[in-house]
Amino acid sequence: MNAKKTNRIAAGVIYFLVGIVILLLIGIIGNILITGVPHLSWHFLSSESSSFKAGGGIRDQLFNSLYLLLLTLLISLPIALGAAIYLAEYAPDNWFTQLIRTTIEILSSLPSIVVGLFGYLLFVVQFGLGFSILAGALALTFFNLPTLTSNIEEAIKGVPQTQREAGWALGLSNWKTIRGIVLPAALPGIITGVILSAGRVFGEAAALIYTAGQSGSTVDYSNWNIFSPTSFLNIMRPAETLAVHIWKVNTEGIIPDVNVVSAGTSALLVIVVIIFNFGARALGNWIYKRLTAAKIK
Amino acid sequence: MENWQDQKSYIKTFTEDECAISTQDLSVFYGGTVQKLFNVSLGFKKNTITALIGASGSGKSTFLRSLNRMNDRVARVDGSIMFHSLDVNQSKINVYELRKAIGMVFQKPNPFPKSIRENITYALKANGHRNKKKLDQIVEESLKAAALWDEVKDKLDQSALALSGGQQQRLCIARAIALKPEILLLDEPASALDPVSTAKLEDTLKQLRKKYTMVMVTHNMQQASRISEYTAFFHLGHALEYDTTTNIFTNPQGEITEKYIQGSFG
Repeated sequence: MNAKKTNRIAAGVIYFLVGIVILLLIGIIGNILITGVPHLSWHFLSSESSSFKAGGGIRDQLFNSLYLLLLTLLISLPIALGAAIYLAEYAPDNWFTQLIRTTIEILSSLPSIVVGLFGYLLFVVQFGLGFSILAGALALTFFNLPTLTSNIEEAIKGVPQTQREAGWALGLSNWKTIRGIVLPAALPGIITGVILSAGRVFGEAAALIYTAGQSGSTVDYSNWNIFSPTSFLNIMRPAETLAVHIWKVNTEGIIPDVNVVSAGTSALLVIVVIIFNFGARALGNWIYKRLTAAKIK
Repeated sequence: MENWQDQKSYIKTFTEDECAISTQDLSVFYGGTVQKLFNVSLGFKKNTITALIGASGSGKSTFLRSLNRMNDRVARVDGSIMFHSLDVNQSKINVYELRKAIGMVFQKPNPFPKSIRENITYALKANGHRNKKKLDQIVEESLKAAALWDEVKDKLDQSALALSGGQQQRLCIARAIALKPEILLLDEPASALDPVSTAKLEDTLKQLRKKYTMVMVTHNMQQASRISEYTAFFHLGHALEYDTTTNIFTNPQGEITEKYIQGSFG
């Protein structure tokens, strides 16, 4: 067989395999959107879910998902940033660093149901937090930290070594070089990493079932007292998220319109995650341009 | 490749007063045991340009980067580096202060992804300069000294990455001299530039000679002969010959030096 022919066959096989991946993706997302989007309405988004009648909405679940995400990022981002800076800039290349990296890898492939049960035992039972947003956010932090740390570490490592040398040669300390030169240059990558991991957190269900709980308590959006049990901001109240809601209505739900609710919720979940993904790319590009391209004054 | 023992070394010496910086028996070890540089003792005369030439891996860049202690985190450096009658190759020396006095320009232009102005003011601000007027003045002076002012004076707040490679390299020089160093170390500063930019850079360096002492690693022997007064030839980690550039290029003492100059290896 001549080289040209082999090349054509190889290319054909590769296109075919790529085609399968794309088809699967379009099939799944298309199916979810086509069945779900028609059920998305203002009423669906803005009303409380119902436990046995038809026509319930997902207002609380949507808010809970976003609020849990915010809290998770507030807890996990500083830790991940610190760990990533250490791994990328300070860690010597020895067995200990290798051990940390392996641990992070293992942690990132931990099944989320295991994270959930661990969170249940530690936060809910041992620390006595009960089924609460806080317990959920802590469990999600465990779930999120490994990925977030390696995303940020990659972004920091992507900054060319010549930039660090430029800083050192100007008499800047290592920390000033990192803070003033390396981190700003890595910022677009860091933000992309944060938002992509946010998408994962947003769709997580298994880790939350036993930590943030399933039953939506009565939530009052006009109650700004964070310590009041009915306040929407109270972090000690149980909170069902979109993903948990989908799981619940399908397993234990007795509402007659279960298909409508789960299709609509799934579509909303997918749409939000897609917005995160495109948003991450757009924001990263925008910041990179702000940092690098001509700024006209 | 030629054995370094085959040639006696011919090293020109200066008195301590004549030197801006000098080394005594400088040796560099990587990974604890691999020796890259062997007992190099060279003095660099004030307000001159000295070229360091030699084949790849001859240790000239390693030597240059030892002078402002940039090798600290990757290698062990033995011997002494005399700067203002002080051995600066000691752990108690504040390397951050030292590097302000001994600036460095790298092979590949490495401006920060910030505006042209911020490229120059960032290190100054980090050192506590806050007076806006004074900073503006330093920006202008440094850019003028680096012969870049006329090209960028109307776009100081635009990104430095929008400049051409040659302009970026001159910005890096401006950035280094904004800290008012005494010595500038240049690590193949023109190797990534086209001939026109190189000529401009060389003109700039010739102008700067009046105020600074420069040590420059170069692969380009024409460049060494065009702009340097003195030339040191490195071979396999040894400084084999050091003399006026004219002598090195027209009347080298050693056989290996002569072969390298003629282009037989390298």
